[in-house]
Amino acid sequence: MKTHKKNYKHLKQLLLLMTAVFFISACQKEIEVKKSHYNKNADIKTLGVMKAELTAPPFVPAPVGKRVAKKLIVDMEIIEEVAEMDNGVEYVYWTFGGSVPGSFIRTRVGDEVEFTLKNHPDNKLPHNIDLHAVTGQGGGAEASFVAPGQQRTFTFKAINPGLYVYHCATAPVGMHIANGMYGLILVEPIGGLDPVDREFYVMQGDFYTKGKHGEKGLQDFDLQKAIDENPDYVVFNGKVGSLTGDNAIKAKVGESVRIFFGNGGPNLASSFHVIGEIFDKVYLEGGSKVNENVQTTLVPAGGSAMLEFTVESPDNLVLVDHSIFRAFNKGALGILSVEGEENEKVFGGVIAEGPYNPETKIDDGTPPIETEVVVDENPGEPVTTTQNIDEVMAKGKKLYAQNCLACHQPEGQGIAGAFPPLAKSDYLNKDTDRAINVLLNGLNGEITVNGDTYNSVMPAQRLSDEDNAAVLTYIYNNWGNNGTVVTPEQVKKQR
Amino acid sequence: MLRYFKIFLFFVIVPFNIWAQEVEMQLVSGGIYTPLYGSTEESQVEIPGFFMDAKPVTHEQFQLFVLQYPEWRKSNVRRLYADESYLNSWKGDFGVPRQLKNSPVNNVSWYAAKAYCECQDKRLPTTDEWEFVAMASEKSVDAREDSLFNQRIVSSYEKPKTFLKEVGKTTPNYYGIYDLHGLVWEWVYDFNSIIITEESRSNNSTDNNLFCAGGAVSANDLMNYAAFMRYAIRSSVKARNTMSNMGFRCVKDDTKVLSSKLIY
Repeated sequence: MKTHKKNYKHLKQLLLLMTAVFFISACQKEIEVKKSHYNKNADIKTLGVMKAELTAPPFVPAPVGKRVAKKLIVDMEIIEEVAEMDNGVEYVYWTFGGSVPGSFIRTRVGDEVEFTLKNHPDNKLPHNIDLHAVTGQGGGAEASFVAPGQQRTFTFKAINPGLYVYHCATAPVGMHIANGMYGLILVEPIGGLDPVDREFYVMQGDFYTKGKHGEKGLQDFDLQKAIDENPDYVVFNGKVGSLTGDNAIKAKVGESVRIFFGNGGPNLASSFHVIGEIFDKVYLEGGSKVNENVQTTLVPAGGSAMLEFTVESPDNLVLVDHSIFRAFNKGALGILSVEGEENEKVFGGVIAEGPYNPETKIDDGTPPIETEVVVDENPGEPVTTTQNIDEVMAKGKKLYAQNCLACHQPEGQGIAGAFPPLAKSDYLNKDTDRAINVLLNGLNGEITVNGDTYNSVMPAQRLSDEDNAAVLTYIYNNWGNNGTVVTPEQVKKQR
Repeated sequence: MLRYFKIFLFFVIVPFNIWAQEVEMQLVSGGIYTPLYGSTEESQVEIPGFFMDAKPVTHEQFQLFVLQYPEWRKSNVRRLYADESYLNSWKGDFGVPRQLKNSPVNNVSWYAAKAYCECQDKRLPTTDEWEFVAMASEKSVDAREDSLFNQRIVSSYEKPKTFLKEVGKTTPNYYGIYDLHGLVWEWVYDFNSIIITEESRSNNSTDNNLFCAGGAVSANDLMNYAAFMRYAIRSSVKARNTMSNMGFRCVKDDTKVLSSKLIY
C-alpha cells in the first residue's frame, strides 16, 4: 500500500514536470513566432533614397509597384489659411500641405520614412502629427511637436501594410482635427496593390460653424456644437462641392476604380455609399481583410477603407454618406462621372410606363351589369385646354408634392447651396421653354439663381405633357413668380 | 553718411522718446485663483497686487530699446539669445515698417523681452499673473465661465495675421488693460515651467489635467479651451525662438501692496 502510494506520488510529479515542460516549450514557441513576425518587416533593408510625391485630394501619388524599400523623404508644411467651405461661406482651415484632407502619402512596407514637419511662421499655433501607420510614441506626435516658424524631422519604419489616417494631436486635439488637420498615408504591401485604372482620394469630415449651414461670411469654429457633436457641415474633401460639377471625379465605362476613403471626423462615423454602384471589394477598415459585394461600408472617425469596383454603365454615380440627411442637407455629396457606351445588359432602362389605377372592387355576390364600351373618338385631343385653371392648379399642387417638394421645399424656397429656389426665381421666370426642358431632360452643372450659384444634379421627370404643364403652371402661379400658364402643347414642342 | 544719420537719430529721437517711454500701467489688485492645471483647492495661487503695462510693447517702443542697447540690434544679437527670425519684419537694425509702428512688436525672443523689461526697471509677468489678468472681461474680474467671452477668445486665436493690428484699439478689460487676447501671444517669465509632455494625450504627464487633450475635457470645462491653446504655444517654444505671433508686455511690483499684504 505504501509503495503504491509512493508510485502514485512519482507519477504525480512526473505529470507536473511534463505539463511544465509543455507550457515552457509552448511559450517559447509563441515568442519565437511573434519575434519572427516582427522581424520580417522591421528588418527589411532599404536601398536608396527617394523624395515622396505628395498630392492634394482627389489625386493620389503613383503606385509603388515592384520597387524596393527605400529611405523616403516626406516634407510637409502646415498652413493655417482662410478658404471657402460653401458658396460665400469662409472658414479658417488648419492644413497639412495646404489642403483638407492633407497631402496623400504613399509608402510601402519596409520604407524608412524621414518626415519633416514645418510650421509656417505666420501660423498662430503649435502643431504636430500622429500617423496611425507609426508604431510607438504617439504615432510621432511627440517627436513632431513644432512651434510656428520652426521645423522638426523624425523617422519611422512602415511595418504594417494598410491605409492609415494621420492627424494633428496638439491640445485641444478635437479643435485641431475639426479645423481640417487630417489626411491619409498608404503603406502598400510588398509588390504593391493590384493595379487599377483610376485611383481617387476622398476623405470625410464634420465641421462646426458659428452660423447655421449656408450662413455667409467668415465663420468661426463653434466649440459648443463640436462638443454636442452637432455639425453644420458634413463634407467630402473639406468643402461643399469639392467633388461635384467641374470638380467631379471621372472614369470611363469598363474601367476599374479604387477609392482611398478616410474619415477624419472629429465626431461622426460615415456610412459610405456610392449610389448606383456596388463595391466589388472593400478592404475593411483599411486593413488586409477583404469583403466582397458591399453596398455601404461603415468607416469610423479616425479610420479608413479601400474600395474597388468596376464601372459598368455611363452615369453620374453619387458618393454619399448614407446617413442621408448629411448628404442632402449638410454637404456630403460627390459625383463620379462615368462616360461611355450604354450597357443594356447591365441596366436596361425604362421599358414600359403607364398609369396605375387599381380599382376598388365591390363584390356583393350579384352578377356584374353588362355595359356598352364607350370609345373616345379623339384620343389625341389635349384635355387641359378645356380644364379650368383651378383644376390644373390642384393637379399641379399634388404633382409638386410628389415630385419636387423633397428638394425644392414646400414654399419653393429650396435649400441654400444644394437646391435652387423656385420662389421668385429669376432663372425660372426668364425662360419658360428652358424650364420645360429642365423637367424633360434634367439639369446637370452650374447655374446661377437669384445671384447664387448651384452645382447639383436634377433628374429628368418622367411625367406626361399634361402633368408637366400642370406642375409648371402651379409653380409659375405661386410664391411671387410671373403667373405664366404652361400648356401641354408647349411641353410637347420641347420633347 | 549712414553713420552720421545714426548719430543724428540717436540724439534727436532718443531724448524725445525716453520721455515717451513712460508708458501707461494699470494696477491689478491681487487675489486668489485656481490656475488651469489645478483642480483642487490646494492648487490655488495667491497673486499679490502688481502693475501691468496697459498695452503690449510696440515696434516703435522696441526700436528705442535697440537704439539704447546695441547688443539687442538685429546685427549684434547673439544667436544663443534670439534665432534667425529675430525682428523679421524690420529692415536693418532700426527699420520698422511704417504701418507697424503701433502694432505689437513680434519676432522677439524671451531673452530679448526679459532684457527689455529689466532695462525699464520692470520684469516679465509670471504665467499666473498673466493668466490672472487675462481671465477678466470688460466688466468682470473672472469671466472664465462666460461662454461668449471664451468663444471670442478662441475665435481670435484662429484669426490670421492679427499681429498687424494696432494696440489699444479695442475695449480694455476690468483693470483697464488692452489686448491680452486678440493680437499676439505674450511671453511670460516662466513660460516653460509647466512641464507639458509634447504628446498632448499621454497619461503619464505630471500635469495630466492640463494635457490629457480634448477628449478628457467635459462640456463645463469650456473655458479651458482658450487656455489650453496658450499653454500649448508656451510649451512649444524655446527661449531663443521668435514668432510672428508672439510679443510681450512688462509688469512691476506694487510695493505698497507687498508691504501691506496682511490687510487681506
